[in-house]
Formats: sequence, structure tokens, C-alpha cells
Amino acid sequence: MDTSWAHLLPLIFLAVMGLALLAYVVLDGYDLGVGLLLPLADDAQKDTMIASIGPFWDANETWLVLGVGVLLVAFPFAHGLVLQALYLPVALMLIGLILRGVAFDFRVKAPPVWKPFWNRAFFGGSLLASTAQGWMLGSYITGFDNGPLGLGFSLGIALTLPAAYVLLGAGWLIMKTGGVLQERAVHWARRVLWPMGAALVAISAATPLVNPAVVDKWFGVPEVFALMPIPLSCALAFFAVRWVVTHPGAVKAGHGWVVFAATVLIFVLAFFGLAYSIFPDIVIGRMTVWEAAIGTGSLTVVFIGVAITLPMIIVYTIYMYRVFWGKARALSYS
Amino acid sequence: MDALILSRMQFAANISFHILFPSITIALCWFLLFFRLRFIQTREPAWEEAYYFWTKVFALSFALGVVSGIVMSFQFGTNWPGFMEKTGNISGPLLGYEVLTAFFLEASFLGIMLFGRGRVSERVHLLATALVALGTTLSAFWILSLNSWLQTPAGFEIVNGQFIPTDWWAVVFNPSFPYRFAHKLLASALTASFLIAGLCAWQLLKGSATAGTHKAMRAAIVAAAVAMPLQFLAGDLHGLNTLKHQPAKIAAMEGIWDTEKGAPLTLFGIPDEAAGTTHYALKIPRLASLVLTHDLNGEVQGIHDFKDAHPPVAPVFWGFRVMVGVGSLMLLVAWFSVWRLWRQRRRGAAEGHAPWPRPWLWVLAGMTFSGWLATLSGWYVTEIGRQPFMVYGLLRTSELATHTAPPMIALTLAAYLVVYGLLLVTYVGVLKYMAEHPVQHAPSPTHGAELGKAGV
Ligand code: HDD
Ligand code: HEM
Ligand code: HEM
Repeated sequence: MDTSWAHLLPLIFLAVMGLALLAYVVLDGYDLGVGLLLPLADDAQKDTMIASIGPFWDANETWLVLGVGVLLVAFPFAHGLVLQALYLPVALMLIGLILRGVAFDFRVKAPPVWKPFWNRAFFGGSLLASTAQGWMLGSYITGFDNGPLGLGFSLGIALTLPAAYVLLGAGWLIMKTGGVLQERAVHWARRVLWPMGAALVAISAATPLVNPAVVDKWFGVPEVFALMPIPLSCALAFFAVRWVVTHPGAVKAGHGWVVFAATVLIFVLAFFGLAYSIFPDIVIGRMTVWEAAIGTGSLTVVFIGVAITLPMIIVYTIYMYRVFWGKARALSYS
Repeated sequence: MDALILSRMQFAANISFHILFPSITIALCWFLLFFRLRFIQTREPAWEEAYYFWTKVFALSFALGVVSGIVMSFQFGTNWPGFMEKTGNISGPLLGYEVLTAFFLEASFLGIMLFGRGRVSERVHLLATALVALGTTLSAFWILSLNSWLQTPAGFEIVNGQFIPTDWWAVVFNPSFPYRFAHKLLASALTASFLIAGLCAWQLLKGSATAGTHKAMRAAIVAAAVAMPLQFLAGDLHGLNTLKHQPAKIAAMEGIWDTEKGAPLTLFGIPDEAAGTTHYALKIPRLASLVLTHDLNGEVQGIHDFKDAHPPVAPVFWGFRVMVGVGSLMLLVAWFSVWRLWRQRRRGAAEGHAPWPRPWLWVLAGMTFSGWLATLSGWYVTEIGRQPFMVYGLLRTSELATHTAPPMIALTLAAYLVVYGLLLVTYVGVLKYMAEHPVQHAPSPTHGAELGKAGV
């Protein structure tokens, strides 16, 4: 194995990019999920739901900027290829994120008659952004295949990802709220659980179809045994969520966090499964990590920055979550 | 229309929308820090009121800045893939440092700054405000360094058509960067000052002023009166530097067609590129030479010297006049306002109640968004003046456009324009509404018991 710096450095950046995107999907995932649940709640609950994500959403979205930033900075050759292929969904996602981001402020600062409009924009933006993200993921996995199979697969993920975000959002609300809203969040989680689980299984089953290379990677011996823990843990996490949301006492007894944590676990496992399937390509079947990377000199310059600032970013992100630990309070500037 | 033109239009539309909000937030955050510090020093509720009102404006502007900024971070890949492939070794690290050092800093501490007051001590809250201010300024530092490098590239070599950095210090502090950074920070200070003064004037006109209104108004007017002459100075130095590195841009700004000694300064006129002349030009003899070379007989190069390598003249020419025109107006308004403040103070009128005549309040209210106008025209001078190059003198814009189908770009461009148009109207409408209903936005008094939570 080649362990030279020039060989390792792109791998390090691949890891940073992957972690940033994973952090994005989990962190912005819960706040997009809360946005998707918004129409189901009454007015006071809407305020509480948004208060529970208010201090976080900006920093959450910054992980997307970092993920795309690393793609842009470290792998410019892949960046152009991927973003041109995903031109339309990217634009739709951005418009969704715009609507949602401004609705946070406009819904409380604009004249009150407009509040229902901005609530709807908040929901609509969340929906647009999360379906577009699902579509992008699907299209990426198929290697930008525009045949019926590829499109069908992309559509499948475009529907699954929002469902997964909803579960994550419900898990977040169970942790951050109490009373009636918490009960409703449990109810929402219960409702979305099976469709999401079924969709996830269907997608996993379809992945080898759209991307034959995956078959060798997963179903050879001994790989198939070594990889067994991934689907098994996923199933375990799924049933853990199910247990909590179907046992009314579980949340009261303080096990509500399990819903969020287990869903995050599913995301993490799916992420590593996917990463394993794709590696070492960065654009499936077309470009490897090393082909896509810029020169070692410039990467080293960025690496120094990453090595110094990423730990700091993690520290103050944790600090921020600690400051706002506990149940959400009404958002106020004072 | 082809992909190149559409890509340019889309990029221009997005960044023009984006820059409106950084122009406000970069300086507004320092204003907030000042209001906060004054409150802590004096414990006067008026400062606290000013702080809270402007925090809301800040939060709103920041949100618009963030969402449009996220669009920007995708624009290079979707519209200019060739840009990163050729200059990635230089632009990549600069953009990377912006995300790592600035974006996370401002985004993380913004939450604490806006909503954390009951949860952290007063000191931590103040620190969070300072860190957000620092973050926005750092962000401007990196992105302007990159933009300046495109204008005046330095510290690199070209290997196989790619720009490879050889001296990072020279890359970051390239020749036009110090001037551009200073000019932009001052532009931001002016934009925020006139926004504050304008909205405060509106509150006085509509009878919705609070004690905080007077404090904020005075701070903004003094800041503008100090910043504007500095901006003249910075702009002049900036222009001299541009003359050295991008003479074609200066020729277009001044509308000078033929190289001449003792060139006159064209105040107004209608530049006509096809005919190679400026119609109805109103000229002051020798002044251009004096301003640009500080010598009445200095030689200034004309546009005809730069065949194929000069920018379109009219937008650059007009953009420059709008910027300088607005700047001059700002100077007059700011100084007159300061003079009135000073006179009122000398006469010892009741503190905090400046006797602004109503017409003057209307003037201030009319100037609310003047900073946007000057800033945008300034950027248009800079960016269109760089054409036809992406990296000045080395890489042409036309070599780099996307391969995306034109109808797709046109469709998304139309969608962005609709969304931006609506947001802009809403933003201005909401500012007006907030100014007229400040009571709903008044702070609740602080409770000592709330302070000091989460230690540190
Ligand atoms: C002179 C200042 C300036 C300029 C020229 C630009 N920006 Fe900007 N940007 C800022 C100053 C700024 C800021 C002050 O840091 C913002 C604006 C308001 C804000 O909320 O943060 C910001 C926000 C912002 C964000 C959101 C960050 C977050 O999540 O907090 C992104 C991704 C970008 N910008 C990206 C860009 C790109 C790719 C640009 C160039 C093409 C660009 N900006 C030009
Ligand atoms: C923030 C204020 C800015 C404004 C208002 C602005 C405006 C514009 C305009 C109007 C164009 C189109 C010019 C033309 O095609 O004739 C343009 C192009 C461009 N600008 Fe800017 N710009 C700004 C900042 C930046 C920054 C900070 C960067 C880079 C870091 C940048 C990089 C580019 C690039 C790469 C192009 C496309 C290629 C080109 O046309 O030269 N701009 N900008
Ligand atoms: C009144 C005196 C002023 C002078 C002499 C002046 C001069 C200049 C010059 C020469 C440039 C182009 C630099 C280049 O691209 O090479 C420029 C750009 C610019 N100006 Fe001004 N300016 C003045 C006032 C203002 C004001 C009042 C504002 C805003 C409030 C402003 C905002 C800008 C901005 C944002 C740019 C583009 C960024 C940059 O290149 O710095 N300017 N100015």
C-alpha cells in the first residue's frame, strides 16, 4: 500500500468531506424534518418547534458549505462534473433552503397577517430542499444515469430521505419539547417509521441493480460476513425506535432520546455502507479520489487550516449545544 | 443567448443579491458591539433599546446573507467549472480558509448572540457578539483576497495551464488587496450607517421613535461623517493602484479613448464604443492627469491602446460616476448632520432630542439604501472593468463557461430572479414595519438572576 503523503492527503480530504456531509445530513436533517412536520401542529406548537431549532440551523447549514467547500477546494475536477450533472436539483435545493432560511425571520418579524404564509414557505422550503437532496443522492449513486431505472431509483430516494428526516425531526422534538407536543411527536415518529423502514430496505435491494460494481463488494466471501454487522445494527436501531414509540411509558421514563440516537445511527451506518460501495471513486465509474484532487502543495496548505480549525469548530459547536441544552424555550432576544 | 452570457448573468444576479446583506452585516455587528458596550458602561436603557432593535435588523439581514451565500458556494461549480480547474490551487485554499475560520465562527456564535442571553453570562454574551463581528470581517478578508487576486494576480506560476502558488504571502496580500479590503470595509460602514440613520429618521417622522432611536442615529451619523472622507482617500489610492495594474479599467472609468498628456477629466457624457468617443462630454482640462498621476501633464493611456483587452466602456464609466456621486452626497449629508448635532449640543438643548427639521429627516430617510447603490455600482466597476479576463491579463472569461444547456440556466436564472425580487421587496417592507412598530420589538428588562448561567 502506498503511504506517501501525496497519496494519503486526498484520502484525508475525502474523510473530511464525508464527515462534513454526514454531519450536515444529520444536523440539518433534524431541522428540515421539523420543518416538514410543521403543518401538522397548531400555532403555539409551531412556535415551539421553530424555537427548538432556531439557534442551530445556521451552523447546521454551514456543514453543507464545508462539504461542498471541500469538494470544490480539494477535488475541483469532480466538483464541476458533479454539480453540472446535478444542475437542476441543486438549484431547487438552494431555492428551498432560501425560502426556509428567510421564513425563520420573516414569520415573526413581518406583519402578523403574513405569518401563515411564511409558515407555509417554511414547510415548502423544507420539502423542496429535502426531496432535491434525496434526488441528488440517488442520481449520484446511479452515476447520473438518466434511463428509466436510474430515474426511478432517484425518485425512490427523493421520497425516502424526507421520510428519514421526518423521523429525525420527530426524535429531536421528543427530546427538546414536553407535554402535548412531545406526545404528538411520538405519534408522528410512529406513523413515519414503517414507510421509512420499507423504503430503506427497497433502496438497499435496488442499489446492486443500478450499480453492479456493488455486488462484488458486498456479496463476495468473506466480505458478506464482515459486513453483516451493518444491516444487523440498522435493524436493531429500527426496532429500538419502534419499541420506544409504541410503548407510551418509554418516553415518560426518559428513553425518548433513543428515537433520535437510533435514527442517527441508521444514517451513520447507511453512510458508511455507501462510502464502502463507492470508494475509491469519487464520481462513480469515472474518476477516483486521486484523479480529482488538486496539487499536494495546495492541499497541504488547506490541511494545516483544517487541522487547526476543525477541532476548534467541533469544540465550539459542542459548547453551543450545551448552552441550549434541555427543553426549548420561547425564542426571544432577551 | 449562449451558456456564457447566461452564466455571467446568473452569477452577477446571485452575487449582487448576496453582497447587499454582507454590506450591512459586516459593519452593523460592530455597531451592535458598540451599543452593548455603551449599555454595560452606562446602564442607560436607551442603549439597550438600540441594541435590541438593531439586533433584529441584524438577524434578518444575516439570514438573507446566509441563504444567498450558500447559493454562492455552489455557483463556482455549477456555472464556472473551468474556473476551479484552472485556479483551484489558489482559489481553493482561500475559499477553504473562509469557511473554516469565518463561517463556522459567525454561524455558531450567532445563536448565542441572538438567543443566548438568558443562558450565558453577560460577558460570554458580549464575547459572542464580538466573535460574530470578527467572523463577518474575516469572511470579507478571505473573499476579497481572492477577488483581488483575480484582479491583480501575484505569487504564482503557470504549469500546464494551471495556476500553481509559489508564494502564499504574495497571493493573499496581492497588490490590490489592501486597498480593496479597506475600501470595502469603509463601504460597509457607510452602508450600515445610512441604513441606521435612515430608519431612525423614518421612526422620527412616523412618531414611533424610542429613546434608543436618538442614540443609534447619533452614532450612525458620527460614524458616517468620519468614514466618508476616509473613503475618498481610500478610493483615490485604490484608483492609483488600479492605474498601475489595470490601466484599461481606468481608461474605461474615465472615458479616455486616446493616450494623451494632460488628459481632461470627463464629468459626464455618453460613451460610444462603436464610434470610439464620448458624446456631449463635459470636460475639465487636465484634471484626469492631475488626479491619476498627480501631475498636470502626466500621460494617461487610452482605451484604443488595449485592442481586444479592454472592458465594455459604458457600464464601467457610469458605474464609477454613480458611486462617486453617491459618495459625494453622503459626505454632504453626513457633515451637515454632524454640524447640526454639534450646534444643538452647544446650545445645550435637552440631551438626546436633536431638533431635526422634517425636510432633513426626509433627506436622511431617502438615503437609507444609498449604501447599496454605491456598493453595487462600485462592484460593477471593479468586475466589469476586469473583463474580458477572469484572471486579469492571463485567463479569459470566455474559456471557462459551463457546459450546461442554456435553457436550463435560463430557467434557474428566472427562478432565482423571482425569488430574489420577492425577498427584496419583503425585506424592505419588513424593515419599514419594524421601524413603525418598535414597541412590539422592545426588550424585556434584564433580570439579574438570569445572568451568569452556564458559567464561564
Ligand atoms: C465583502 C464581503 C463578502 C463577499 C464579497 C462575499 N461574501 Fe459571502 N458572506 C459574507 C461576506 C461576503 C459575510 C459577511 O460573512 C456573510 C454575509 C452575511 C452573513 O450573514 O455572512 C456571508 C455569508 C456567506 C455564506 C453563508 C455562511 C454561513 O453559513 O454563515 C456563504 C456560503 C458565502 N457567504 C459564500 C460566498 C461566496 C462563494 C462569495 C463569492 C463569490 C461570497 N460569499 C462573497
Ligand atoms: C460582492 C460583490 C460582487 C459583485 C456585485 C460582483 C459582480 C459581478 C458581475 C456583475 C459579474 C459579471 C461581469 C461580466 O460578465 O461582465 C461578475 C463576474 C464574476 N465575478 Fe464578481 N462580483 C462580486 C464579488 C466577487 C467575488 C468576491 C469573486 C471571487 C472571489 C467574484 C468572482 C467573479 C467571477 C469568477 C466572475 C465570472 C467571470 C467573469 O465574468 O469575470 N466576484 N461579478
Ligand atoms: C467618493 C469617492 C470614491 C472613490 C474615489 C472611489 C474609488 C473607487 C475605485 C477606483 C474603485 C475601483 C477599483 C478597482 O476595481 O480597481 C472602487 C470600487 C468600489 N467602490 Fe468606490 N470610491 C468612492 C466611493 C465609494 C462609496 C461611497 C462606496 C460605498 C458606500 C464605494 C464602494 C465601492 C465598492 C464596493 C467597490 C468594489 C470593490 C473594490 O474594488 O474595492 N465607493 N471605488
